[in-house]
Amino acid sequence: MAKTWKEWMKPLLELEELIEKLRAAAAKETDPVEHERLEAKVHDFERRRDAVLNVMITRMGPWEEVLMARAEPRPYTLDYVDAMFTEFTELAGDRRVGDDKAVVGGPARLDERPVMVLGHQKGRNLQERTFRNFAMCKPEGYRKAIRLFEMAERFRMPVVTFVDTPAADPGVESESRGISEAIADSMRVMFSLTVPVVSVVIGEGGSGGAIGIAAANEVLMQEHAIYSVIPPEGCAAILWRDPAKGPQAAAALRLTARSAGELGLVDRVLPEPFGGAHRDPVEAADTVKRAVLESLAALDRMGPNEVKRHRYDRFRRMGVYETV
Amino acid sequence: MSMGQSPTPGRFVQCANCRKTLFLAEFLRDLKVCGHCGHHHRLTWQERVEATFDPGTFEETDTGLRSVDPLEFPEYREKHVAAMAKTGMADSVVGGRARIEGRRVSVAVADFHFMGGSMGSVAGEKVTRALERGCDELMPVVAFCASGGARMQEGLLSLMQMAKTTAAVERCRSEGVPFIAVFTDPTMAGVLASYASVADVILAEPRALVGFAGARVSKQAQVVKAPDDFQTAEFCLRAGMVDAIVHRRELRDHLGRLVGALGAHLAPKEALVG
Ligand SMILES: [Zn+2]
Repeated sequence: MAKTWKEWMKPLLELEELIEKLRAAAAKETDPVEHERLEAKVHDFERRRDAVLNVMITRMGPWEEVLMARAEPRPYTLDYVDAMFTEFTELAGDRRVGDDKAVVGGPARLDERPVMVLGHQKGRNLQERTFRNFAMCKPEGYRKAIRLFEMAERFRMPVVTFVDTPAADPGVESESRGISEAIADSMRVMFSLTVPVVSVVIGEGGSGGAIGIAAANEVLMQEHAIYSVIPPEGCAAILWRDPAKGPQAAAALRLTARSAGELGLVDRVLPEPFGGAHRDPVEAADTVKRAVLESLAALDRMGPNEVKRHRYDRFRRMGVYETV
Repeated sequence: MSMGQSPTPGRFVQCANCRKTLFLAEFLRDLKVCGHCGHHHRLTWQERVEATFDPGTFEETDTGLRSVDPLEFPEYREKHVAAMAKTGMADSVVGGRARIEGRRVSVAVADFHFMGGSMGSVAGEKVTRALERGCDELMPVVAFCASGGARMQEGLLSLMQMAKTTAAVERCRSEGVPFIAVFTDPTMAGVLASYASVADVILAEPRALVGFAGARVSKQAQVVKAPDDFQTAEFCLRAGMVDAIVHRRELRDHLGRLVGALGAHLAPKEALVG
């Protein structure tokens, strides 16, 4: 099985590259007959591309969902912030240690209404990825989140978070500064809020790193996002002492959006443009925006304490067991 | 006894740390702390209850909760059945009420011997109920942690237990109910990154393994060199993440004082019973 989205999508990416070349050639072609011939060829390859994509997408299993959730061209938090909100003003720093670039946040307007927005931020090339620490937050990231959550509470702003992280940063520095406490405290503060909180899982919902900013009243999840207690490779390493068995672990963990919806652990699964959010980021953002507005509208009908209670009750129900 | 290899079964045990031979009777009297090197061996939940709470006061609650296999995860049922047979427990956490130095407490005790103390739906539910019981019955909550983290075999449901238990801690905070966590060997990952770390007071046993990621992952992930005592209770104390490292022998007294001071406002007349 393919190890990356690029590897999996290779046949499609090759076709698209070819189509681009043909299109460029057709545009430059002055001879009308030859131009016609190239145009026809473009159409032919486009049909082939659609057929290939159709097969790939309809046959997606849990592992392909993992690859899609990690896909490089997938829209990231700041892409959704740009598309859904206006007047986003980024705030930085935890006022203790530094500013964690793996998480971005600040006030913005959602159709005129002031909200606090926050999310994990991935990078698109090696330089950006290093700058963003692969969207793996250190303690200061969660403490920046806490700062923003508390500010939202003071100024009565609903909170919208975007979840997209492989995991929290597991390094020595993070341990020294209390990464576990930072994650737990961020969740705890979220449970103390009396303003509505909506979280959207847009890519990788990676264990503690994800839930640290997802203790929300409503949790939405995009069709091709994943949400898991452990990365499939890590699970495979523990279960079968073989990280290469990630695909089997992905199936066992039920980490797809559909499974999370079936288990009642996310409130809504949001459809993506066919082939993934990156194939039409505008449409993807539009769907997310409409869903967030609907969630907020429902939560607006509740009083402050009711909102807090609603969040408690939402998580209180979670767990499957028998009573004998 | 499960700790170490005993040359004469039943009479002697070997310390898992210094490998010295110990008289079993002495070892047990010392609460499984090595008389030579001070190594704190892991306890079963019963041993923990006996070592900590006033004799005969522990009353188990929520005994009817049973794990199911909601994901039909490979080998989960088999592993769970084997853990039940090995430990006699229904799952990795036991909840209840007890008294410590005469004071009522709500308790949750994890046992590492049951599937590595991992937290799935049942463990999460028992911890949550222990915290809520503290709120409902106005008594401090004491949790003994011993866990490798969230239970992989229940997938996302286990991750949600982190949020559920943390929500209950926040409820305790808002209602003025003290929550004391004791990190015993090991307290890791999903348990450390949820209810355990947001306790009002955190005590740890000497040299307990305490960390977010597996030590191997952490050390690989960073250019920064890990100190020799990385991910131990001592490391956490230096980092300001725990309040004190307490010898097992002194834990009852230490907890008693904390429960007394922090919980005095809850039920002044009920706090001490002769
Ligand atoms: Zn020893």
